[in-house]
Amino acid sequence: MALSETVAGPERPATSTEPTPTGRKRRSGNAGYWLYLLPGAVLFILVIGAPLVGTVYLSLTKWSGVGDPTFIGLENYRNLFQDEIFWTSFKNTLAMIVAMVVVPTLLGLVLAAALFDVIGRKFKPRTAAALRAAFYLPQVLPVVVAGIVWGWILRPDGAFNSLLDAVGLGALRHDWLGDPNTAMPSVMAVMIWVQIGYPVVVFMAALQRVDPELYEAAEVDGANWFRRFRAITLAQIRPETFVVALTCTIAALKVFGPVFALTRGGPENTTNVPSYFAYYTFFKKLQVGYGSAISTVLTLIIIVVAVVFIWLQYRNERQDRGV
Amino acid sequence: MTVTLTPAENAVTPRRPQPARDRHHRGASRWIVLVLVTLGALAMLVPFVFMLLNAFKSPGDYSTGGPLSWPTEFYTKGLRNYWTQVDFPLKLWNSALIAGSVAVLGVIVSLLNAYALGIGRVRGRLWIVGLFLLANMLPQESLIYPLYYVAKQIGLYNTQLSVIIIFTVIQSAFGTYLLASVLGTFPRSLLEAAALDGAGKWKILWRVVFPNLRPTLAVLLIFFFIWTWNEFLIPLVMLIDNSTQTIPVALASLQGDRLMDAPTTNAGALISLVPAILFFLIFQRTLSRGITAGAEK
Repeated sequence: MALSETVAGPERPATSTEPTPTGRKRRSGNAGYWLYLLPGAVLFILVIGAPLVGTVYLSLTKWSGVGDPTFIGLENYRNLFQDEIFWTSFKNTLAMIVAMVVVPTLLGLVLAAALFDVIGRKFKPRTAAALRAAFYLPQVLPVVVAGIVWGWILRPDGAFNSLLDAVGLGALRHDWLGDPNTAMPSVMAVMIWVQIGYPVVVFMAALQRVDPELYEAAEVDGANWFRRFRAITLAQIRPETFVVALTCTIAALKVFGPVFALTRGGPENTTNVPSYFAYYTFFKKLQVGYGSAISTVLTLIIIVVAVVFIWLQYRNERQDRGV
Repeated sequence: MTVTLTPAENAVTPRRPQPARDRHHRGASRWIVLVLVTLGALAMLVPFVFMLLNAFKSPGDYSTGGPLSWPTEFYTKGLRNYWTQVDFPLKLWNSALIAGSVAVLGVIVSLLNAYALGIGRVRGRLWIVGLFLLANMLPQESLIYPLYYVAKQIGLYNTQLSVIIIFTVIQSAFGTYLLASVLGTFPRSLLEAAALDGAGKWKILWRVVFPNLRPTLAVLLIFFFIWTWNEFLIPLVMLIDNSTQTIPVALASLQGDRLMDAPTTNAGALISLVPAILFFLIFQRTLSRGITAGAEK
């Protein structure tokens, strides 16, 4: 979203905001609005602020969840940076970013352009809408339930291997999620399936915004379809691309449900991700301090990624406006 | 699921009449595109076909015919077994209670916050809105243990109320961010007119702001509902009992159980997906208006 703009809002002279004929109103002024923020702020502090501080504190302790935490300083972090599983889990996050951001965004651009430009115009818009719904459907399902169905499909005796048999590729039969070599690629394939609908829908809506006259002018100048796509479509829907890339990257960093349903991080941690690693450390190994350290590192990474994205977008907008 | 919301108005731009300009795609190539995209769309639906095919198979039928065979009989015992085994109506109620309460409460909290930030323009609003936006991005793991621990201490552990409170706040963090930016451009003349008529802040909120914002609030309500319905980690940790669990948690906790043969797994998944698919169909219009391109106004 156009952050700089939406957050700051258009400037208005302060005088016009408070038409206050009576003294009572003038006294309350803008301060009266704080009351409306009160319930939200209290809830926010109780449910988000305090627990976040608690987790950061716990990351400096050794604790099993009963009795009192023992303060141990930065020891959890020292151990964490030497923990192979920790590094594996972050390496796997990069694979998740490929599967949840890079591939869906690129495929989404192509599909949205095909659906909007070709199918929506040369055939019926309803055809385009129906096809779009098919791509979007996985996005509205509980991802865990979808993960469980996929888990069965990819089992050694599941539907995918039967399908390979049926088309004469039985030699490729495989324990897709059980083999350390194929587990991550299989999870990635499922995540592409889950994620693809989101960029398709966002980009199709974005394309409605692009002025057709731009295309006409470009065509008069003799630009072919591909050049028009690059010079006009991509340039015009860049704000949406930013939003998709940001939200999908954050989702990839946080991914939990699909890993839980498909592999529980296995085999041999080949599909473990930070959030599952943290969950497992908290609730299965009962190492609350260590789990908190994992969560804190993940939180920091997410904040840095978000701030960098937002800063980049802000800079881009300024350049566009020629500031 | 990651979705961006915007005020609906920019999404409903009518399709402009198209001049015959795209020479390149006249003739055969448009059919090639149609075929390719249709194949892709069908491939997206294949897992659902597998699921339907096997949800109505008897275990014996499955072990002889395998996952791809056509069911020899229309077997509904798997569905009925799952229904009674997990007490599905109760799970449906739990999910609906949690998602419904969060949707309503989340919208109310978002509206109050956004009223102070967008209309009231309280001091430091930029930082406050930024804080809400960041809160929305936090991994739930960074909150879960203290929430779990405190919920246990104060007797909220394993209650739907705990999950309702937590998600009301998490969802309203996003709602506040969105509505604050929408209200930042709210027509001042309306507010001034109401104030001249002697309306106070409370009255202006409900008589002027709320009616004008209703379409956006409706979209937000639906999204809060679906997002909460699909949530997994926090319900998994907080709800351990058969009587409090939600639909996804119930299915996941039976996963790997020896009683869950392939047809029952598929039957359970099918039942669990039906409500989500129904929302999708009912709200498709609103959804495709809402999930748009949020980038600019």
